[in-house]
Amino acid sequence: MAEEYRLILKNADQPGYTVDIDCYQKHGGYQTLKKVMAMAAIEKDGKVISPQEQIREEVKVSGLRGRGGAGFSCGLKWSFVDRRSGKPIYLVCNADESEPGTFKDRQIIHKDPHQLIEGMIISAYANDVHLAYIYIRGEFPQGAQMLVRAIEEARQKNFLGKGICGTSYDLEIYVHRGAGAYICGEETGLLESLEGKRPYPRIKPPYFPAVLGLYMSPTIVNNVETLCHVKHVMEMGAGEYAKLGTPNNTGTRIVCISGHVRKPGYYEIQVGHATIGQLIHDFAGGLLPGRKLKAIIPGGSSAKVFKAGEKFKIKQKDKDGHEVEKEMDILDIPYDFDTLMAAGSMSGSGAIIVMDDTTDIVEALGNLSDFYAHESCGQCTPCREGSLWMSKALTRLNNGGGRKQDADYLLKIADNIPGGRTICAFGEACSWPVQSFVRKFKDEFEAKGAAAEIKSGQTATMNQ
Amino acid sequence: MAHTEKDHIKVSAQLESEIDGLISHYPQKRSASLMILHRLQEEFGYLSQPAIEWTAMKLELQPINIYELVTFYPMFREHPVGKTVVRVCRTLSCALGGSHQLHSHLCRKLGLNPADKGPQNTPDGKFTIEFAECLASCGTPPVVMCNDDFYDNVSTDQADKLIKKYNQP
Amino acid sequence: MAEIASQKAPADTPPPVEMVRVRINDMDVDVPKTHPDPLTGKPVPTTMIQACEQYGVEVPHYCYHPKLPVAGNCRMCLVEYGLPALDRNRQPILNDDGSPKVQKMPRPAIACATPISPGMEIYTDSPGTIEMRQSVLEFLLINHPLDCPICDQAGECKLQEYSYEHGQSESRFVEKKVHKPKQVDLGPRIMLDDERCILCSRCIRFSRDIAGDDALGFVNRGSYNTLAAYPGRSFDNNYTLNTVDLCPVGALTSKDFRFKMRAWFLKETKSLCNSCGTGCNTLVGTREEVIYRQEPRENNAVNSSWMCDYGRLNYKWQSSENRLKTVTAMRGDIREVLNWSQLLGEIIPRLQRFQPGQIAFIGSGQMSTEEVFLFKSLAEKMGGLVEAYSSSGESDRLLLNADRLPNTNGLRIHHFTTSGQISPSSTHISEGIKKGAIKALFVIREDVTAHGISIDLLESLELLVVSDIHRTPATDVAHYVLPGAAHFEKRGTFVNVKGRIQKFMKAVEAPGDARPEWEFLHEILHKATGQNGFSTIEGLFNLMAQKVSALHGLTWASLGDLGVQIEIPDSR
Repeated sequence: MAEEYRLILKNADQPGYTVDIDCYQKHGGYQTLKKVMAMAAIEKDGKVISPQEQIREEVKVSGLRGRGGAGFSCGLKWSFVDRRSGKPIYLVCNADESEPGTFKDRQIIHKDPHQLIEGMIISAYANDVHLAYIYIRGEFPQGAQMLVRAIEEARQKNFLGKGICGTSYDLEIYVHRGAGAYICGEETGLLESLEGKRPYPRIKPPYFPAVLGLYMSPTIVNNVETLCHVKHVMEMGAGEYAKLGTPNNTGTRIVCISGHVRKPGYYEIQVGHATIGQLIHDFAGGLLPGRKLKAIIPGGSSAKVFKAGEKFKIKQKDKDGHEVEKEMDILDIPYDFDTLMAAGSMSGSGAIIVMDDTTDIVEALGNLSDFYAHESCGQCTPCREGSLWMSKALTRLNNGGGRKQDADYLLKIADNIPGGRTICAFGEACSWPVQSFVRKFKDEFEAKGAAAEIKSGQTATMNQ
Repeated sequence: MAHTEKDHIKVSAQLESEIDGLISHYPQKRSASLMILHRLQEEFGYLSQPAIEWTAMKLELQPINIYELVTFYPMFREHPVGKTVVRVCRTLSCALGGSHQLHSHLCRKLGLNPADKGPQNTPDGKFTIEFAECLASCGTPPVVMCNDDFYDNVSTDQADKLIKKYNQP
Repeated sequence: MAEIASQKAPADTPPPVEMVRVRINDMDVDVPKTHPDPLTGKPVPTTMIQACEQYGVEVPHYCYHPKLPVAGNCRMCLVEYGLPALDRNRQPILNDDGSPKVQKMPRPAIACATPISPGMEIYTDSPGTIEMRQSVLEFLLINHPLDCPICDQAGECKLQEYSYEHGQSESRFVEKKVHKPKQVDLGPRIMLDDERCILCSRCIRFSRDIAGDDALGFVNRGSYNTLAAYPGRSFDNNYTLNTVDLCPVGALTSKDFRFKMRAWFLKETKSLCNSCGTGCNTLVGTREEVIYRQEPRENNAVNSSWMCDYGRLNYKWQSSENRLKTVTAMRGDIREVLNWSQLLGEIIPRLQRFQPGQIAFIGSGQMSTEEVFLFKSLAEKMGGLVEAYSSSGESDRLLLNADRLPNTNGLRIHHFTTSGQISPSSTHISEGIKKGAIKALFVIREDVTAHGISIDLLESLELLVVSDIHRTPATDVAHYVLPGAAHFEKRGTFVNVKGRIQKFMKAVEAPGDARPEWEFLHEILHKATGQNGFSTIEGLFNLMAQKVSALHGLTWASLGDLGVQIEIPDSR
């Protein structure tokens, strides 16, 4: 039986654990920061390597991948930062947690805010950042207050402000609240929002955050959970950290499970050490009595849906390092970055939404499409027009105005949005659910449309 | 659109110094827009045209720069709302967990239209009910926010209690 | 207010720009590695769309405009493209024939924002590119009202044009359209139809980044995004009508032009704005001798692609009731209508009767350079004084110049002043009349009563000949009135405040007996002196260019459509 491995949430739900800095420090908090701040430059092959470079190298070696959705290598992201521009470098923590199905950052912020602050200070130090922001979604007012308080406490203890831990390093962190916009989770939309503008994602090229980010300066945007992991990488050392999880999918991950399960909640596992089936059955208590599995969204609402019983041919390396192809049921897929990608979906923000056989799949997609239509920023054409078009078509279909051809109609709309046609990944996010739901459950979409056609035909006959 | 409210807002010296503090967090003033709007909405209940204009003036911007934000973000309100704003999560996990039934229940209880997803005010000015998109607590559905207070696993019984709790004068 | 970058002359010749070889469809081309940024003038990487444009390959687009910062929002210019393939060591992979292997990229790019790189291949008409273009058009049209029959933009609408070229004839859309505000009174000169708007943001960028008036924005969200000014604020800067030109669809329309004329009926004539000394290049839209609109014509040395609202709308005087349409002479208290030959027969001998110094010739910065030349020649022949007056107003830092005359520098190159300085008024003419030294005035395009010469003084003259296009206090008391032609009604040149000599062409006929001043001046000069040598404006210009030092080496033809920079002598 798979087990939880609590690294980030080690203390969070322990009885008596509070958000106070004293409690955090009693549990070893800020020791890693002190260790990091005491690091000295070393000489290697005749080159002097600064402590900052050493930390960045550790993070790279740890294999840490972003926990926000894209799963991009954190070390690589940091390596893109333009360090020669002469402009300040900014660090922004993306705490805009808003991918439906996801509620992991909420736990960290509300239960262990200092862990995030410590991870941020280390990350900021490693990247020569002197000003950092936490962009927290507007719907977390208490979380924002907790972070403000945690920052103040950290400042009192000289972990923030001027001359941190007796060094000459200065850093300020401020909390910035959003106001209800999913698009602010997109890093360049977030930066625009942080600059006080409409959160329209920026075109790339030229506006890559690592070069032209906040205030057109080099900027790093990392997710809450990712920044916490940086602390653990430095605490354990990259080598030890990389032993957690599986190769190229290192560390732990908080998986959020919601929907039709007995024990919805968040479970921290070593990446790849539990299958989707184990997560649903062993952790989340399985389905409700008498219900059958119908569908699983494996990585937040944008991830392509899996249909119960779907099988995938996945290439894996066996013990001797040989590549072997293995047929897998969705329930047997190990929950990691790469296998889910190979199965045509993604682990995204680490959120599994389970739907059982009571679910009207057309309505479920209608719900998600309404979300995307509401959240599209409207900047670029395909997403702006396509997201609302799909939502309207699904509303019509769900309200008895459907046609049999609506399944294909929806697919044609959805196929014209993703694949680099939009400014940001929202284009993919809004069309992937439609593409996957309709393709995999086409009979249900067609049946609903056909039923409406028959009904309206009958009505027409009666009216004659 | 003419000014229907009084043409000025009164920002106290204390509030203004608090706002100046917020502005000081950023190398560019404009960045403080959202934080100021949150603060003004907290103070005045909603963001009137004078509030928008005051913010623009404070940040050396044009009013349209601020109006663009107020109309984009659903948490900002251009019109007065009830004393308690009840936001019911609408999105999938909560929907699977009964949030739409909860929304209907709350609407009926308060004499509002269950089919209306947008903000609806009760005539007595005590409540505003609206759907909100995913509130990021999908493991404990259905989820509701009453102003800044967060409630999860809200049954209809608990919803009735919440109405009672927030119905205090 | 932002300055137009292209107006700044470079201090030195810029260093030669490195060239990059790319392939556009099947054509190998060399393109400069950088282009000047439209706002700052600094070199920035050349984009795919600029490379294509340079070689005449059209990439359909809405939000992109060469004079505005790139937005990248319409997605119409998405193209497929390829880059040289690299192996693991970042070395180029070669084909069997040794040429670099080009790999088609998995995702398309917007041509407006993607820099070119060596060996890049841009596919503007591949099936994939065409399919993306069609789908973007379909998206743009689903919520569009499709009210082309009553839309002012019809005929010059990019949505219409591209739909014809790239669209599908049937829409699959069966949902209800989004409704937005219509007939929004955005400002004194602009109407907005938000349902037609495709949210390209050109108008927002122009107002903010070029006109320096951050007045427009998008409100609401997603498909409900709506172009707006702040409620209660009027969009009323002096450059608002440029947003109508920039609007690729019929969302922003000019109140002046709305519902007046279908665009395809208009004849367009290259002209100049005569409202100030900037000399904005224009296109005058006419039909059947009526001017319907004036639009800026691109000239990067003068006005970029813009003009001010004041100048643009300042054309109604051409058709005013007050226009002079007949040649008249005062017979006692009666004003008698003459024909041109009667008039010339009468005034030439009368002009010749005066001694040198007894007659003054008063010109105007509204006259063409050629007319000033002829007027000056006539004055010299007759030993007369010459004078002209300045007229000024408020200037801004964009285009409107304080000098409200289009050709003050045309006066300067002919030294058309006896007092030595062109000023609002001068006393030496009025003093001369008072003293009886000056007995006759020949005035063209100037109401001298506004420049210190009173009606009483005019009435005391032995001879007052006035040519103008409108009735003025001076024409009312003139012995002879010669109806002249507006610059819309003739050809000629103006020299702008920066010393650029530019041509204007004839857009409409002059009303009644009115005729171009250069024609009758030439006749007077010919009859008075026997001189001849030209019969056309080209001939006149070329003769003038030989005689006037500032114009040496120029010909009418050499001015082209955009004019030529000249040295202005003593610019006081």
